[in-house]
Amino acid sequence: MIRSCLFIPANNPAMIQNADLFGADAVIFDLEDAVAVEEKDAARSLLREYFKVFAPAARVFVRVNNAPEWLLPDLEAVFSDKIDAVILPKADAAACGRLREALLRLEKERRISKSIGIIPLIESARAVLAADSLASLSGVVGLMLGAEDFTADMEIERSKSGEEISYPRARIAIAARANRVIAVDTPFTDVNDEDGLASDAARARALGMSAKAAIHPRQVEIINRVFSPRPAQIEWATRVLEKSKAEKGVFSLDGKMVDQPVIERAKTIIEKAKRYKLL
Amino acid sequence: MKNALDRHVPAGFTPYSGGIDKETLRPRIHKRPAVNKKDKLVSDIALVFDRLKIGDGATLSFHHHLRAGDEVMNLALSEAKRRGLKNLTLAPSSVFPNHKLLAEMIESGAVRRIYTDYLNGPAAAAICGGKMDGLLVMDTHGGRSYAIETGDIEIDVAFIATPCATAAGDGNGFFGPSACGSLGYAVSDMYYAKRKVVVTDYLVEEVENKQIIGEYIDYVLKVDRIGRREGIMSGTTRITRDPVGLLIADAAARVLAAAGALEDGFSFQTGAGGISLAVADRLKRYIKEKNISAAFASGGITEYIVAMHNEGLVRDLYDVQCFDLAAVASIGKNERHRAISAAQYASILENNVADRLDIVILGATEVDTDFNVNVTTASDGLIIGGSGGHADTANGARITVIVTPLLKTRLPVVKDRVVTVTTPGRDVDIVVTERGIAVNPARADLLEKLAGKGLPLVTIEELRDKAIKIAGRPERVPLGKRVVGVVRHRDLSVVDAIYETGGRR
Amino acid sequence: MKKGVCGSLESSDCLITVEAAEKTEILIESSVYQFYGEQIRKVIETTLAEAGRAHVRVSCVDRGALDCTIRARLLTALSRMAEK
Repeated sequence: MIRSCLFIPANNPAMIQNADLFGADAVIFDLEDAVAVEEKDAARSLLREYFKVFAPAARVFVRVNNAPEWLLPDLEAVFSDKIDAVILPKADAAACGRLREALLRLEKERRISKSIGIIPLIESARAVLAADSLASLSGVVGLMLGAEDFTADMEIERSKSGEEISYPRARIAIAARANRVIAVDTPFTDVNDEDGLASDAARARALGMSAKAAIHPRQVEIINRVFSPRPAQIEWATRVLEKSKAEKGVFSLDGKMVDQPVIERAKTIIEKAKRYKLL
Repeated sequence: MKNALDRHVPAGFTPYSGGIDKETLRPRIHKRPAVNKKDKLVSDIALVFDRLKIGDGATLSFHHHLRAGDEVMNLALSEAKRRGLKNLTLAPSSVFPNHKLLAEMIESGAVRRIYTDYLNGPAAAAICGGKMDGLLVMDTHGGRSYAIETGDIEIDVAFIATPCATAAGDGNGFFGPSACGSLGYAVSDMYYAKRKVVVTDYLVEEVENKQIIGEYIDYVLKVDRIGRREGIMSGTTRITRDPVGLLIADAAARVLAAAGALEDGFSFQTGAGGISLAVADRLKRYIKEKNISAAFASGGITEYIVAMHNEGLVRDLYDVQCFDLAAVASIGKNERHRAISAAQYASILENNVADRLDIVILGATEVDTDFNVNVTTASDGLIIGGSGGHADTANGARITVIVTPLLKTRLPVVKDRVVTVTTPGRDVDIVVTERGIAVNPARADLLEKLAGKGLPLVTIEELRDKAIKIAGRPERVPLGKRVVGVVRHRDLSVVDAIYETGGRR
Repeated sequence: MKKGVCGSLESSDCLITVEAAEKTEILIESSVYQFYGEQIRKVIETTLAEAGRAHVRVSCVDRGALDCTIRARLLTALSRMAEK
């Protein structure tokens, strides 16, 4: 149940130390694009040592490198029970399978009872098409859209208004929902455009995405706000649950039918509201 | 002798009693109009020294409105050095690193005693190294004015750098190549020093808005340049871009809103630091959103505050010091942007602005679990600043908010005991860090208002502990035994002593 | 001369240089030396011992790095030195 995922470059001690200050529901320690080739070893070491002493309040994700010669060393170096999920860039079914095997092996070797999830990063045309099957893979806990690489693969323009990614967003959101995993939207790259970010996040939410990545701490508050239940929704859900205590079976509220699925939706809204301290 | 904060107070000073006594005030001495009323204009500093008979043991004063670009104190000190003068007492309102000659003259014994509100650079190092014979007395801006007006500091000659002046000694800081805005810190000197010298690089026929009044000026010294332009405005003041700083600023604004302090007609002052300005920015958004306006903003005025005023969000500006060129330009042409004196700003002898403030946002080098704040020394004891208006506004304002990161370069800011007390805990209400907000337990009213509003409230002890948990406990750096100075509050009572530093830095 | 370097002079980081030497030597330069100098030395010594390394000169230019950062930078510098 997350709304925001804040990218933190893994080779930057100042940022790592402050990672969980900004209210992001998840932090993504990035070993991939944020770290230069010649610093991958330094970043791994830094993350590993950090995980030994710190327990971030938020969910911990790590974005590893996709290239086979780096993926395994990344995992071996930073593996820790502090990690909740691994984000796999340029994901395809085979890579996800390999990652899953590696995680299971390490969980066993290091005697970690926790099951670390996988979030495939959908960054190509093929991956968009494979969204459903990726979401259904064992170990996968979410899907994430990477629009920069996707539009590059498609050889189309990337824009602020994002019409070109409506379809991938929708497809990913639907695949995630069908498989009961989370759908994380691509970052909005203009850090200074707060209104643009809010609109972009709203479009992603409207299509069914459940969370969005942030590339700068100041984006977190806006993203959290967009992906939180609205006051009107919370108020509605409260009334549904109250009435459901009194009524048996199906009933009506505000002229609309309320059956079990609707009650479940109301429960989820209240759960989120409590988790995000809106209640 | 110990004071109410259990800090040592040298003999000859009044110990801080636990509060500021605004009732038992010292009597003012008489104002001192100019003795010499004709032929004031001279162009040689030597002549000034001759005519005013400036000799050994003299007390000379200066203001710091030209900041790091000031050349007037160096000019006067060069002349004093040339004459081999000794045992001088200086009363500059602040001392910056560009005052290198001062350090030299401290070491040579030419300067024996200093009264100032802020001290940084080689002169600070010299004093902390035990090189000055007499004591350093650090006052608040309001306290300095109070001291001068009541004869606690007796100034023989005040050198008043005046960017724009007439041959008769009328002047202001609004115009001229060295324009610096308000000359607030020079006014008490102007009225109460025995003799006064305007030092200017820009003579005019007439000055309309005079802050410096010719009647009180003995000589007008015309020089080529009173200050280096680049240094006068010590960098453009900018809102911090550090995400942690912005987080702290957001939290501070939320606290103030939750405390009900941001009602229509509130007044505020912020420091000129990056985080304080970010708080001002958040206040601006709040004011706009709620469609209210602030009655006034005071203190050191920056471009951001000027912009808020110009947008109609702050009705009046009370400016004791202009921090950037935008403020200088504004003060010169806007009558609601008022130049005030240090006395009007913060002296307990006046119906001062600091006492009328609703909110003040301040920084800190250290804060302890009694909420005492240190902005005078670094954690190793070296003097790196001084109260300036910190203790004045903290004492005067209804709500005092300290904004600071919990750690600065690994060093915990919140600790058991500050090295030097600048502002006593009694005057400090809320400490906002990125890892929690602590409210002074003495403010039950604030605690009540802030409860249940979803703010990350913690105790000050928890902040101290968090800092140590993250950074590890720092070694205690021992200070020397010798007292080299005192820190006085607004009423001139001593809140703490300053000690020689232990070893080499 | 085999040398390994890791880290930076950014705030909260440290720059560690290790080279082979006759005997182990630790040189520390830090903006918070008076407060954390001993602690930094301890972390470096412990890390060297755990890594089974001796006969190295470690030079650390510190900008307020936490213990875990110093450890990490040192371990990487050591492995970079070994790779050369």
